[in-house]
This record gives sequence, structure tokens and C-alpha cells, in this order.
Amino acid sequence: MNAGDIAWVLVASSLIMLMTPAVGLFYGGMVRRKNVLSTIMLSFSVLVLITVQWVLFGYSLAFGPDLGHMIGKLDWAGLYGVGLAAEKNYAAGIPHLAFMLFQMKFAVITPALISGAFVERIRFSSFLIFCFLWSTFVYDPMAHWMWATNGWLHNLGALDFAGGTVIHVMSGVAALAIALVIRKRKGFGQIPMEPSNVLLTLIGVVLLWFGWFGFNGGSALAANGTAVYAIVTTNIAAAAAALTWMFLSWRHSRPSVIGVATGAVAGLVAITPACGYVDAPAAMIIGIVASLVSYNCIKLRNRLNIDESLDVWACHGMAGTWGAIATGIFASKAVNPAGADGLLYGNVHLFMVQVASVLVAWIFSFVMTILIAKAIDVCHGLSVGHSEEEVGLDIAQHGEELYAGL
Amino acid sequence: MPDSDGSMKKIEAVIKEGYVDAVREALDHAGFSSMTAYPVRGRGASGGIELEWRAGTYKVDFLHKVMLMIVVKEEHYRQVVDIIVNVCKDDPTAGAGKIFVSTVDEVIRIRTGESNREAL
Repeated sequence: MNAGDIAWVLVASSLIMLMTPAVGLFYGGMVRRKNVLSTIMLSFSVLVLITVQWVLFGYSLAFGPDLGHMIGKLDWAGLYGVGLAAEKNYAAGIPHLAFMLFQMKFAVITPALISGAFVERIRFSSFLIFCFLWSTFVYDPMAHWMWATNGWLHNLGALDFAGGTVIHVMSGVAALAIALVIRKRKGFGQIPMEPSNVLLTLIGVVLLWFGWFGFNGGSALAANGTAVYAIVTTNIAAAAAALTWMFLSWRHSRPSVIGVATGAVAGLVAITPACGYVDAPAAMIIGIVASLVSYNCIKLRNRLNIDESLDVWACHGMAGTWGAIATGIFASKAVNPAGADGLLYGNVHLFMVQVASVLVAWIFSFVMTILIAKAIDVCHGLSVGHSEEEVGLDIAQHGEELYAGL
Repeated sequence: MPDSDGSMKKIEAVIKEGYVDAVREALDHAGFSSMTAYPVRGRGASGGIELEWRAGTYKVDFLHKVMLMIVVKEEHYRQVVDIIVNVCKDDPTAGAGKIFVSTVDEVIRIRTGESNREAL
């Protein structure tokens, strides 16, 4: 074991921990004033709920000893046997516990990302049930397929360096699916729904970008050259995407802060599966295209009149889809010998595998999310009543106000 | 006119945020130092404006304005209105604002208990 590796993975895990509440700030700034606390609470509650789920059985389902290439056995439930010795199949240089912690942060952030789909009308108890079921029956199996030893997508040769498919495609598609089940916000498309605080959104993005260095760089699971590549390409893609979005918004009218912030997120998402496999020019192209894709998907979603309120599908689902495919185009063994060559280097196979793995993620996440959301809606009700929505979820669901007093 | 009479006017002027300081200064200069300012949102004949969203714009129906509330003796209200109009009318764009004048029944100064025109 290597002290440098252990130190880096612990720091990276801490960086990612910041990202889940940061998603709450990012989303909280974009909702109306009466729903800011409720929106932030969605992300924060996932942090605490899924941490417990992960320890109890989530980690074992995702990474435990393989059962038919589909799911992990419960040998590691309650972290039984997960200790300071390294788990050679996953990370030889760090204690198994450190690997478990790092992966926990990924499991935590994924349902938090989905929460942008149904802000301002979700019933909080339904949200908790949804996250628990979704994490258990959708995230944990997918993480197993892609990352666990003997997972079937892993065996197929699919590359997903830091969770572009497992985290972003899955959460983005789930957001679209649940938005088709839950009712729209009252007055959606008819009355203005003004963002309460663009500064909050910007602070959220700054923390996300900062945390993403741990997210992507930490996925090397060692303090090595791959981690360096991952962080450098991550930064490049984020900047290129933010710049692109700024010009898109400028061309339309004026360069908006909320636009440049959204662009950064799209770039960070798209580079996630590719960051440890591609070089700097590729990262720039990945970032630029990510903004073009997400920007136009937001417009499309608007035209289709779907109240997927904060565009998780456009920013995570579609930028993630582009990133996974881009990995099949730009990946290079010169950057990472443990990876594979992409289409650009004459390897069609990887490209096809990447497309297939994205398709699997789309179908699996979409179908499972519809089923879970429908079941909760029928048994418990996904959304609050119109009068509660009118008052705002801060008061109606949490009994609190963002600014109390006069 | 005795100062215990109730001949007083209330002036409520909805103006653009950018003119608040100039109006206050002009009124101060003319000897009208008391006023109350409210941040308000409103709209006139020209409607709202478009603001930037992530991709595209959204319509805002109510614009940020400031409402100044000033109560003066009846014989002074025309002077106050003229000052506000003069300062604010150099803005040729729509939305320069509107002034409402009404009669005040009674005024009481809390500290001394003085009433009506004595209390202004």
C-alpha cells in the first residue's frame, strides 16, 4: 500500500462529499423563493439516507462478490469483512474501506442529481422512498454491471472512467422518466417561475467544479499519472463548455451567468467517462459539443412542454450520453494503457460497446424509474396538493422559511 | 389655516430605482426631508421584460420600482409633485412612473402626541 494513494483517495472522497449539498445549492438558486430550502433539503437528505443504505447493503449489492454477472452478493453487508486490507480486484494501493468510502460518494450524489426533475411539487416522504428504491434497484445493479469484477458490461469492455454512464446518463434518464409520471407544476409554461438566487446557483457550480477534481481525479484510485490526466482534462472540458454556452446565450441575447454556470456542468458531465482516457484537445472538443447538445436539448424539452424542471435530462442525461460515446471516439492507449483505443485510433469495437452500454443505461433507468415512480404515485402520491404547492414546500413540507421574520 | 386642521395630502410616487437618490436630494433641497421609501414591483402599460434563462429567456411581468410616500401640508403638495416630475421626466423610456395624490384624514406623531399639520 502507498501512503500517497491513500491520502489522495481520502481527499478525493472529501471533495466529492461537497458535491451533493452543492447540487442542492445549484438547484436551490433556480427555484422560486418559497421552495429554496425544500430543494436544498432534497440533496442533503440523500447524502444522509444513501450513506446509511450503502453501509447496510448498497455497497455489497454494487461491488460484492459477483452473482451471475448481475448483482453483488450480500457478503459485505454492514461492511462485514471490509477492512484495512486492500481489495486487489478494485484498488491494490488503498484499504478496502477507502475504496468503499469513495464509491459511497458516487452512490450518494446520483439520486440527488435526479431531484432537479420534480422540485417545487415533490412530496418529501415520497422522495425518500423513491431514492431508497432507486438506489437499491437501479443504481446498485448498474454500478455492478459496469464496475464490479465480472459485471457483464465490464466484461464486454465498456469504459466509464468516473461514472458518465452509471451516474449521469442514469440520473438524467431517470429525471426524464419521473417527470413523465409526476404532475407538472401549477401554471407551468403559463406563469413566470423566476430563479430565486442566481448567486446560489453559481456557488453551487463552483463547488461542483472543485469537487469534480476529486470525482474524476480520484477515480484513478491512486496518486498517479492517470489522476493527473483526469484532472487536467476535466478542467479543460468544463472551461470549453462554459465558454461555448456563454456564446450561445450571447448569440440569443446576452451572456447570462446562469448560462455559463450550466455550461460548466455540461462539460464536467461529458468529460466524466472519458477523463482518464483522452488527451487535452479531445477534452476541449468534448466540452464544446457537450454545451451544444445540452443547450439544444433544453430548448427541445421546452418545446415538448415537459416539466422536467431543472433540465437534469439535458445537462446530465444527454451530456453524459455524448461523453460516453465520445469516450468510444477519443480514448487512447497512449494516454492510458489500461484503457482502449477509440474510433479515432481505428478501433470500432470500443465505439460499439460504448453505444451499447449507453443504450442499456437508457432502457434500464427509464423502465425501472417509471415502474418505481408509478408504484409510489399509486400507493402514496408523488406530489403535494395544489394548495401546498401554492404556499411553497419550505413551509408546507418542512415548516421552515428561508428568511424568517419581517 | 390652523395647524390642527386636517388639510394634508399624501403623495405616493412610483418611480424607477435609479431616480430615488436624485428625487430625495431635490426634495431635501426644497425643505421636504421626511419620506418613506418602499421597494415595490409593478407594471404599467408597457408590461414586463424578458430575462435570461439557461437556454432562452423568460418573461418577468413585474419590474422592480420604488414607491416614495410623502405627506405634506395641502399648500405644499403641488411643489413636491413638480419636483418629482421634473427629476424623473428626463427619462424618455416607458416606465418612468406614476404619482398618486390623496387626502389624509389624520396624522399623529408618536413621540409627542402632536396631531395633523403640527405633526408633519
